[in-house]
Amino acid sequence: MKRKDILGIKDLSRSEVNELLSTAQTMREMIDVGEKSKELAGKSVATLFYENSTRTRNSFDIAAKNLGASTMGISVATSSVQKGETLVDTGKTLDALKTDMIIIRHPVAGSARLLAETIKASVINAGDGMNEHPSQALLDALTAIRRFGDVEGKKLVIVGDIKHSRVARSNIALFGMLGAAVTVCGPYTLLPDCVDELGCEVEPDFDRAIDGASIVMPLRLQLERMDQAFFSSREEYHEYYGVTARRLRMCADEFMVMHPGPINREAEISGEVADCADSYILEQVTNGVAVRMAMIKLLLGGAK
Amino acid sequence: MILLKNGTVVNSNGMQQTDVLIDGEVIAKVAPGIECFGADIIDCDGRLVFPGFIDMHCHLRDPGQTHKEDIRSGARAAVAGGYTTVCCMPNTAPPIDNAGLVSYVRQKSAEAGGAEVLPVGCITRGQKGGELAEFGKMKAAGAIAVSDDGVPVSDGAVMLNALKYAKTFDITLLSHSEDKSISGSGVVNAGANATSSGLRGIPRAAESAAIARDVLLAEEAGASIHICHVSTAESVDIIRAAKKRGVKVTCETCPHYFAATDDEILSYNTNAKINPPLRTERDVEAIIAGLADGTIDVIATDHAPHHFDEKNKEFDYAPFGTVGLETAFAVAYTRLVLTDAIKLSDLCRLMSTSPAAILGLADRGRIAEGARADIAIVDPDEEYTVDTAYFKSKSKNSLFDGWRLHGTVSCVFVKGDKKLL
Repeated sequence: MKRKDILGIKDLSRSEVNELLSTAQTMREMIDVGEKSKELAGKSVATLFYENSTRTRNSFDIAAKNLGASTMGISVATSSVQKGETLVDTGKTLDALKTDMIIIRHPVAGSARLLAETIKASVINAGDGMNEHPSQALLDALTAIRRFGDVEGKKLVIVGDIKHSRVARSNIALFGMLGAAVTVCGPYTLLPDCVDELGCEVEPDFDRAIDGASIVMPLRLQLERMDQAFFSSREEYHEYYGVTARRLRMCADEFMVMHPGPINREAEISGEVADCADSYILEQVTNGVAVRMAMIKLLLGGAK
Repeated sequence: MILLKNGTVVNSNGMQQTDVLIDGEVIAKVAPGIECFGADIIDCDGRLVFPGFIDMHCHLRDPGQTHKEDIRSGARAAVAGGYTTVCCMPNTAPPIDNAGLVSYVRQKSAEAGGAEVLPVGCITRGQKGGELAEFGKMKAAGAIAVSDDGVPVSDGAVMLNALKYAKTFDITLLSHSEDKSISGSGVVNAGANATSSGLRGIPRAAESAAIARDVLLAEEAGASIHICHVSTAESVDIIRAAKKRGVKVTCETCPHYFAATDDEILSYNTNAKINPPLRTERDVEAIIAGLADGTIDVIATDHAPHHFDEKNKEFDYAPFGTVGLETAFAVAYTRLVLTDAIKLSDLCRLMSTSPAAILGLADRGRIAEGARADIAIVDPDEEYTVDTAYFKSKSKNSLFDGWRLHGTVSCVFVKGDKKLL
């Protein structure tokens, strides 16, 4: 892969996506047999997280270690960022430490790009504000492809807080590129302006939106990003937008439920659905490591 | 005595190939073929001779934030852009909300030797939206207008009283009309580009709903009001309708609202982070239509200098604003006159004559006998690439950096005094 950074699905070509997904399949096979690689021995990968995250950060950390790279976690709460260091200066410092890759999560859209344009090291965007979360979309696509063989022509319905979701934006772009039909669903308060221009259908009525869907993806209610009243109550939200066993009966014959996690039971998803056989939530977690291994390997492996 | 020979004099009511004789601080004669023994002659053949531009809206950051700009650097940047009078907003630290600070700005302006700087005083003490500032005393000390600028008066009753109080002292009230409860934490125009970039949107109604309120309050008070930096199509419609009804409303827009759209933010360029935000193509068309039909009275810069380090940040953390004093004429000339949207005489009206009228500056805004010798001579043919390295402003945060523009300011007189560019 001839690029320094992976900042978003928007920037990737179809052939780059294919390369990432096929490499991720191989990585998943390695994980399944418990095999580790030394391919990236001597390389150093730093995780720089300006937002709390356990699963994504650990997933990247495990992915880098599986490839033999050393990892360094920079926790914003205890680092010089607390002393007022800017993102640009932190990036330059990591560059001077000869870090090969920085995996950044940041609450502000465009921050991964700002970092990438400032430094020599490779940058992977692990989520920037409401913009993109490319590794999540890739792991969702990998999970769906492993389930169905191909997602072309399949209907994906993403339901919930589309407005504040970088996962939704990355998935609309990726599943659209892979030929799936994407519908987004939520109350108008949680649908961003002109979202149809991203290449998806918009349906505020969940019963209609889920009709014939092969992939159902509820999003977590991101209460931390909400600065206004977007819906009335958790109970009303669950009644109109919760993924429940009743609603799943309207899906296509073969369907799957995915969720980027962490889940809020009885809010966007019923506990019963989260634990059912058609729920791929834990499969997503394992595929997350495989996809992140592929991203790190393709950016840092190169000529080897 | 200085004699400007063979230039094309541009006034708001037309153009004329003629000579201009400057005697001391005033224009002594405007006529073809003036002969004046002993006068310094400046050949203006092929050049346009405008009355000096008047900027109703700029931020010179003095006192308090002089790492961004100060009265001296701002007054010089203004001259470089062809401005001879500029009005600086009071959102300084501390805010210009009393006669003492007004006098401070006037004093520094006199020492700066650039464009004349006229301070705008606050509407409310400390821009806090509560108690009214001393309009009478500030005006007596030299304040040209009042405004709470970027911290708009949210309380409708306070705004109504402010309009009546401004009418009492015959001082112009400049309104940054914005409903902050609608803008929320937005940083760019709400719409397709906000959605695809993941940046938080500022709904258009944050501006237009506030303008509607403020125009109706002015109507209620029987007072005049000047609306700052109009950016949306709906705002233009509201003001057009109000003018038709006889409301004493005037308004301004800025070069970035007719020359750029929110496509500029797709690269997360923090110099395109401006409040009100850059809008869409539809708005640009409406703004240009408003400029052409007279709904929009004035082109102001909203020159908002910020230090490089302040802009070299995550988008949400960077401050709003672009500098504009040194590019406004060329952007307007290139995007409005060369495209035949407006005539040169319209540009004169928008950048000099109307601002003078709205601010009550009876001695300027025209090239005519007896007027103050505030003059901007421009070379309309020269095309250049904007390079902020050559800016006189302390700050280089220009949306227009790298743009190809036509029209360079070649010579400026302030009160008859030829300025170095």
